[in-house]
Amino acid sequence: MKIVVVGCGKIGAKVVASLVEEGHDVVAVDNNPALLDSITNIYDVMTVCGSGTDCETLQEAGVQSAQLVIAVTASDEFNMLCCYISRRMGAKHSIARIRKPEYNPESLAFLKQQLDLSLIINPEMYAAREMYNILKIPSAVKIESFSGRNFEIIEIVINEGSPLIDLKLMDIRNKFKEKFLVSVVKRGDDVYIPDGNFVLRQGDKIGLTGEASEIIKLMRTIGLERKQARNIMLLGGSRIAYYLAVKLIGSGHRVKIVENDPARCDELSELLPRAVIINGDGAQQEILEEEGLGTTDAFVALTGMDEENILISIFASGKHVPKVIAKVNRSELAAMANNLGIDTVISPKTIIADKVVQYARALENSLGSSVETLYKIMDDKAEVLEFNVKADFRAVNIPLKDLKMKANVLLVGIIRNRNSILPTGNDYIAEGDRVIVASKNRLNDLSDILR
Amino acid sequence: MMNRRMILKRLGQMLVLESVLLIFPLIVSFIYWEWNSVTAFSATIAITAVLGFLTVIFIKPHDKVIYAREGFAIVASSWVFLSLFGALPFFISGEIPNYVDAVFETVSGFTTTGATILTDIEKMSHGMLFWRSFTHWIGGMGVLVLIMAIAPAESGRSMHIMRAEMAGPVIGKLVPKIKDTAKILYIIYLALTVLEFAALLLGGMPIFDSIVHALGTAGTGGFGIKADSLGSYNPYLQWVVIVFMYLFSLNFNLYYMLILKKFIPVIKNSELLVYSAMVAISAGIITLNIYPIYNNLHDSIRHAFFQVLSISSTSGFSSVDFNTWPFLSKAVLFVLMFVGGCAGSTAGGLKMIRVMILSKTVKRDIGHLLHPRSVSAVKVDGKTVDQNTISGVSAYFALYFFLIFGTFLLISVEPFDMETNLSAAVSCVNNVGPGFAVVGPMGGYSDYSDFSTIILTVAMLFGRLEIYPLLLALSPRSWFTRSNRRKFGKK
Repeated sequence: MKIVVVGCGKIGAKVVASLVEEGHDVVAVDNNPALLDSITNIYDVMTVCGSGTDCETLQEAGVQSAQLVIAVTASDEFNMLCCYISRRMGAKHSIARIRKPEYNPESLAFLKQQLDLSLIINPEMYAAREMYNILKIPSAVKIESFSGRNFEIIEIVINEGSPLIDLKLMDIRNKFKEKFLVSVVKRGDDVYIPDGNFVLRQGDKIGLTGEASEIIKLMRTIGLERKQARNIMLLGGSRIAYYLAVKLIGSGHRVKIVENDPARCDELSELLPRAVIINGDGAQQEILEEEGLGTTDAFVALTGMDEENILISIFASGKHVPKVIAKVNRSELAAMANNLGIDTVISPKTIIADKVVQYARALENSLGSSVETLYKIMDDKAEVLEFNVKADFRAVNIPLKDLKMKANVLLVGIIRNRNSILPTGNDYIAEGDRVIVASKNRLNDLSDILR
Repeated sequence: MMNRRMILKRLGQMLVLESVLLIFPLIVSFIYWEWNSVTAFSATIAITAVLGFLTVIFIKPHDKVIYAREGFAIVASSWVFLSLFGALPFFISGEIPNYVDAVFETVSGFTTTGATILTDIEKMSHGMLFWRSFTHWIGGMGVLVLIMAIAPAESGRSMHIMRAEMAGPVIGKLVPKIKDTAKILYIIYLALTVLEFAALLLGGMPIFDSIVHALGTAGTGGFGIKADSLGSYNPYLQWVVIVFMYLFSLNFNLYYMLILKKFIPVIKNSELLVYSAMVAISAGIITLNIYPIYNNLHDSIRHAFFQVLSISSTSGFSSVDFNTWPFLSKAVLFVLMFVGGCAGSTAGGLKMIRVMILSKTVKRDIGHLLHPRSVSAVKVDGKTVDQNTISGVSAYFALYFFLIFGTFLLISVEPFDMETNLSAAVSCVNNVGPGFAVVGPMGGYSDYSDFSTIILTVAMLFGRLEIYPLLLALSPRSWFTRSNRRKFGKK
């Protein structure tokens, strides 16, 4: 599929990388030749140097025949204009990054309709949402939800003394009364889609799937339920901090934001009257300790500097803060941060890349049983996807035990009429179901799970 | 630290491809019942296939990432080995008994130079003659680009290889995927070749001659199969070759734009316009200059255009012995040797676009002397050429002259006059083929000693690959830096 990406900054480069990996024909547009140079050196893409709102540049990039145009430059208005022009020139679909908080949901809906945008992406908003989910269940490394938030996948690490150690997966099903599945396991650098004979070990990172309420019950049973974080300290008053603070305050948390820039502090205090805004340099340990780092339930490092976020998060973990989250944009650094012992690292650009890939896959395959939701988990080494089952799916109404499924693919849930089913051999897939699948391979269509 | 396994792997693929390509001359040898050539080609195919497959099968790279330096090294070493193995049929069959000469002939073929050490071409077997011209075709667009077009894509970083193998200061893609770009280029190349073959056949040229000349023109090579090159063919056939020499010295991207029906950028392409103007003016001067010799306007025009395009496209065919022309005409031809064709074509030389960038830069710099505070950009086709490209072109220009003068100095040990040696050096570096005096169109390089033959062989490779790949591959620093893992022992 032909895709034009306008803007090759941090997010743009990641989006380009993910789309190339998916095998799309990608044209990257930017007005900085040095950026384009570095991109052509690494990825198999064509580049066009010029402004994304210049018709000639867009024509050279071939938007008139493109299936999808993605505008992810630093300016919201530029992105909107770029998408609008591209659609007028003949692009089939467009995605714009719009992230200013001034654009509230109503005006966004209006813009989306008027500008014919297929999707609006707001990296900071998505990142804040993900952080918020994790703060609700602090023992999780990552949480993603499917199909109206009823069904979740939650990543946890099996620590010393966990009742799950040395158990076969089929025994786990009998031992616990909660309904859940272990769908993905990461051991060392390898990722497995486990079967019933798989034995869990200490240090494994596992992905649990099930209904949200069942998962919470399970966390209690296996002793992973931590006290919900009440006092939360945010370092850096960025857009993510704002979105996150709004959500947290809304659900009754106490939020403290440490920000270096006095002007930004003034703004934040106006926007968030119920948060405590501290003007000070978060890199100074004294200020953090004075502001109660030792007593806070969770600490989120959100400054613009990846390195600073990592270092201060390590410091906070050293002060026994129960839950530490670091925002790290560069994926190389994210892996390093994991090695340094920060369990939850969130990268807005990875989230956006996932969204775009999900959208592109659904587009590519809008006829069959298409991808509704896609999450890359375990450092992008596996995927969990939600499919909408259409009538033409060839294994409809056949018991699962009679289906020949591919290796490294696991059916983890079927959602029928808002009820979720943990599939066993006697269950079947029906038309109109939503099916959730964990896989190590790239899946385009639900039929791809069959051999 | 070089990723040596990746380089070896690419070399292996290249050898496998060479063994496949050698099947074509083998078939030709079968058709003409030339058993000596059949043996020579079969033996070479066996050697290259075995070595190639062994390398491809047993070399497993740990790491598929390659950087610019590996790209350069892959291209340089591929071309060296391609030529060393490609020379085997000449050597094994005994048609060129001296291996150094055989390598010279092969390199001259792959680099699309067309300089020959053969004294009596008409005695060669059909298989060998076909292989000589086929090397032009393979070398014209590049053997590694051919691998990209047909082999499954391995890593996104192949751009380094394409950049190192294709000629011109800036190499862009036509479509997002490099594999598709390589395919499109080869399809255009193949289509134009077939078109020329058909045009020659229609003019009454025998099939074998048509194939050989079409392949030779396509690569802008210039190996003929007659002692007087194209002199003995009729005027129609000479005009066909003139037209195709022109077409093959243009940027192939323009043909792709024509396919996409984007006519205006093609017509307005300044490199095309300047190149065409240069060809027309040069041919005009020569026509006037040689009119007294032929006393016939059509002959004068035809010979002038033929020689001008043959030299500016760096093909090196000839319709007459231009060695006997007046000095002015020879001087014009000599200057054309330096310019060469357009970037993105199969021609050699400096390339028109580089000359344009250089002259515009000079103009800007002179303006800067007059108005020291002035700020102005160098523009080509309405687009600003960035400073990196300009300094790259200037540095290349300097290196290019060092290369020519170095070659000239080294081969001056030979007992020939200055005209011979200088034109030989210029002709080989620019991949033209013939020079003047002893190495003129009716002469050859057979009188050079082995030492000079080797120097000229290397010069041709340097010229075809535009200096940098070979220069970097020859620098010990790129090979003998040890990785930290080796230094401190493997974990």
